[in-house]
Amino acid sequence: MASVFAYAPAPESRSVVDIAPSYGLFVDGEFVEAADGKVFKTVSPSTEEVLSEVAQAGEADVERAVKAARKAFEKWSALPGSERAKYLFRIARIIQERSRELAVLETLDNGKPIRETRDADLPLVAAHFFYYAGWADKLDHAGFGANPRPLGVAGQVIPWNFPLLMLAWKIAPALATGNTVVLKPAETTPLSALFFADICRQAGLPKGVVNILPGYGDTGAAIVAHPDVNKVAFTGSTAVGKEIARTVAGTRKKLTLELGGKGANIVFDDAPIDQAVEGIVNGIFFNQGQVCCAGSRLLVQESIHDELLDSLKRRLSTLRLGDPLDKNTDIGAINSAEQLARITALADRGEAEGAERWSPACELPSSGYWFAPTLFTNVTQAHTVARDEIFGPVLSVLTFRTPDEAVAKANNTPYGLSAGIWTEKGSRILAVANKLRAGVVWSNTFNKFDPTSPFGGYKESGFGREGGRHGLEAYLDV
Amino acid sequence: MSDARLSVFKTYKLYVGGKFPRSESGRVYEVTDSKGKWLANAPLSSRKDARDAVVAARKAFGAWSGATAYNRGQILYRVAEMLEGRRDQYVAEVADAEGLSKSKAAAQVDAAIDRWVWYAGWTDKIAQVVGGGNPVAGPFFNLSSPEPTGVVAVLAPQESSLLGLVSVVAPVIATGNTAVVVASEKAPLPALSLGEVLATSDLPGGVVNVLSGRTAEIAAPLAAHQDVNAIDLAGADEALAKELEIAAADNLKRVLRPQPVDNWSADPGTDRMTAFLETKTVWHPTGSLGASGSAY
Repeated sequence: MASVFAYAPAPESRSVVDIAPSYGLFVDGEFVEAADGKVFKTVSPSTEEVLSEVAQAGEADVERAVKAARKAFEKWSALPGSERAKYLFRIARIIQERSRELAVLETLDNGKPIRETRDADLPLVAAHFFYYAGWADKLDHAGFGANPRPLGVAGQVIPWNFPLLMLAWKIAPALATGNTVVLKPAETTPLSALFFADICRQAGLPKGVVNILPGYGDTGAAIVAHPDVNKVAFTGSTAVGKEIARTVAGTRKKLTLELGGKGANIVFDDAPIDQAVEGIVNGIFFNQGQVCCAGSRLLVQESIHDELLDSLKRRLSTLRLGDPLDKNTDIGAINSAEQLARITALADRGEAEGAERWSPACELPSSGYWFAPTLFTNVTQAHTVARDEIFGPVLSVLTFRTPDEAVAKANNTPYGLSAGIWTEKGSRILAVANKLRAGVVWSNTFNKFDPTSPFGGYKESGFGREGGRHGLEAYLDV
Repeated sequence: MSDARLSVFKTYKLYVGGKFPRSESGRVYEVTDSKGKWLANAPLSSRKDARDAVVAARKAFGAWSGATAYNRGQILYRVAEMLEGRRDQYVAEVADAEGLSKSKAAAQVDAAIDRWVWYAGWTDKIAQVVGGGNPVAGPFFNLSSPEPTGVVAVLAPQESSLLGLVSVVAPVIATGNTAVVVASEKAPLPALSLGEVLATSDLPGGVVNVLSGRTAEIAAPLAAHQDVNAIDLAGADEALAKELEIAAADNLKRVLRPQPVDNWSADPGTDRMTAFLETKTVWHPTGSLGASGSAY
């Protein structure tokens, strides 16, 4: 497609963020080296440039952090809720003040477009702290009985796709309810959590209330298994979620899991095509499709299949892939070489199994981890690309004839996190939404998030809810 | 003379899919009262019985979860009515099963009947208590509603053969789940008899399925079953509970761990309902969203 407009580069300035050459663990209010001195490097996925060297927490560090969190718990949980609230309001405000810096940092460490970190991640992070700040002194009215008690030390393990937002989803409700926290950011995106540690310092948060332990899976496993952790919250893959569920079996640890998905985005024949196309693009190419609630299965009513696919392909041809710091960029880098390999393997498998692969003409940068937006048509429910979570910019297109068939196909998955419905008929929206076994349903929209709105899955997409009044339950002894 | 009349024993059978089958294994085990006197031979359920019960529960789930909350409440209240009508039978069975005096057994049965009434009233209220609208920062109507988790395996408490049983089964089905219930191992008779009440209460077949036998033997295939969505471990001891929780992780069943219960007569609260509810949140645009969403 001939380019109508030429875009001049519009890069966001890197100078707003000052990344130190090395970072420690944040334990008991201080940055410290790992007990065994181990470090790992974090790179920018769009350039493979090393951004910083980060201390890697081992078992001894987990021990130390849990001890600090336990010690801090006594005073923190005894604070009047109104005081805890003010700490959280302070944090929310500081995040707003530093949001440009944090957006650039997140884009550098994660690879996602600055447009997303600036317009989605950071505003939601601040909003989440504001929302739960307000709950801290109102817990008596939250519907869990009078004076609901915190659980104690929360061990939290978060993924790399929304590093700071997932931190906010975990830490804000935990602190509001009076728990203290040991959190492990993902090994490919540790920096924004370490900047958050600095925000805790600026906010004057008592030491030990928040502890940040960068590391790999073994660090997370040590946190989850630690006998003095009372609450485990995990966001990540279903396979790891199951392993965690086995680890905490037979203990009194409260567990919430937010895991994978294979969301169905259902487009009926009366849907406004142009709007549906925007929703489909947002559903699967937001954050390069590295979203647990992505609309990775497009279910199109047969009669509009060709028309919709034409529009969709035309739209995909206009997506701009490249420098994530460029404000015009739609598609950024894949987060890691490992994730790129996984996406590549699954897409190759889709082709090998007979699905038809299509990507727009799209030049990939020579360094960094990149994957072109990809569509699969002629997909059946048996195809791997229709069943496995790809966690990348890959959309599988299936068709249906009747609403019942759409529902049956949408529900034909062990996952149950999200779904979308596109139709102009109100009663059809409500009827189909009722029948979908998914925790979040978007009608005539997709990938909308809000701190007041509970988020979480059915079936193997996990259990427990984050956000809203429901999100408090995960951190209360109720 | 009535003394000369030989009484008619009851053959205790399972309750699965609205029918009263024997164990497919053909096995039974001896059930005695607290003094060791023979009461009956109860079916010794097998893995296959457990799987059959899951099939029945899954089949019943669509209609039961899709029934109106009012309708479910009517039926649960009907269960209370039927139980009240057979009060004397249950008093005798509970007295035998738990070694209680007639008056203490009667108190258990009365509390069990009242528990059905309590949950009958909850069916059309729980959604208002745990669901609701969310004031999102955008032009959306955003509503969270509770929905039943699906097929729930329920290991009934070992000690409280009727009140404990009703206290764990009623909250599961009140919200629209269907249940596979493993009766108290040593005192299964009130649970098996409960099937007779459920069968005459307009409760659709398969909504509650009752199995008797060795808890550990029946629970293992239920905890590992890929079409069971949740498990209540009330009737499992510590070691068994851990083993079952590990097995349940394979398809991420919702697990309600055993909790010490001193007194099943206490106010049950809502916890046993919310343990087997999912929250579904639906976003509906309310206004013009430009190119990224619908205009009204």
